[in-house]
Amino acid sequence: MKYIYQIGIIGGISFISEVLYVLLPLPVPASVYGLMILLALLLTGVVKLKQVEETADWLLKIMPLLFIGPSVGLITAADAVKGQVIPLVVMCALSTVGVMIVTSLTAQAMIRRKKEGRKNGK
Amino acid sequence: MVNEVLKDSVFFGVTVSILAYYIGEKLRERYRLPVLNPLLIATILVIGLLLVFHIDYETYEQGADFITFLLTPATICLAVPLYRQIEVLKKNVAAIVVSILSGCIAHVLILLGIAAVFHVDQVLLISFLPKSVTTPIAIGICGEMGGIQSVTVVGVVAAGILGSIAGPFIFRLCRITEPVAQGLGFGTPSHAIGTSKALETGEIQGAMSSLAIVVTGILTVIIVPIVVHFL
Repeated sequence: MKYIYQIGIIGGISFISEVLYVLLPLPVPASVYGLMILLALLLTGVVKLKQVEETADWLLKIMPLLFIGPSVGLITAADAVKGQVIPLVVMCALSTVGVMIVTSLTAQAMIRRKKEGRKNGK
Repeated sequence: MVNEVLKDSVFFGVTVSILAYYIGEKLRERYRLPVLNPLLIATILVIGLLLVFHIDYETYEQGADFITFLLTPATICLAVPLYRQIEVLKKNVAAIVVSILSGCIAHVLILLGIAAVFHVDQVLLISFLPKSVTTPIAIGICGEMGGIQSVTVVGVVAAGILGSIAGPFIFRLCRITEPVAQGLGFGTPSHAIGTSKALETGEIQGAMSSLAIVVTGILTVIIVPIVVHFL
């Protein structure tokens, strides 16, 4: 029964998030509301980690599999991108890799500098 | 004909998806090449199957939807690694916010630059601007800005799969060893798909990548309308 209750909690939060998505006029998806709600509940101790842990870890482990449906949906967009495939591929590849490099280098430089600062301070 | 037989079968989509993913995992285990991303392989296999047997996407989708609907609860559960790593978050707030913001700005600049070089349609450019965020946010922004939703979805999925595959190469090439930096590097361009890969790399990576989904989402909602205004 433990798992059923865990599914109940996560399902309940999903439901509340979907209601928020319909009620609030923001372009925020239900899942992002839910993420923030679950984090708040865990931080305030209303929901204990062990009340959701196993089911959450299982869902996270199978997560890549959950994207197959939307990915296969790419075939429905074939007409819309016709004739512009090469620029779109270049845009997609360079922007994804570029953002990854900029973000991770910036983060690493700031973290390193902070660590150095702490070392020198001592 | 095939569509007639499969029209009412829910488990066709479910079985095909899981089987395709299973083959993808096996191939990766066997050859250990990062390019053999199980999601990418599964996507190619299913698309191939649908094309060869002339099966409509809708026929597949009604079963696949039973898997896709787990995406909302799964994304919500990203709060769990984030909660476990909350100290890492508190310690690195400045680095997290600044690096994600630079990532979002870089995204806009790179897209504008390439669009200018290749004379890409403005509608296609607008459709691509929100592609670093999870599908529902991206579609929302795209709709409001007058982009084409299916193009946005292509961009979102491609950015996700591409980031998952490129991540390990990029981090080695640029000597990114800090787990926090790796996590942000996965999540900022590649949202939830990148995060599922980040979780495989480590829990700090997964937590930071989850955080990047939320922050990138918020920043993109603010930045894209401003950029589109000046186009």
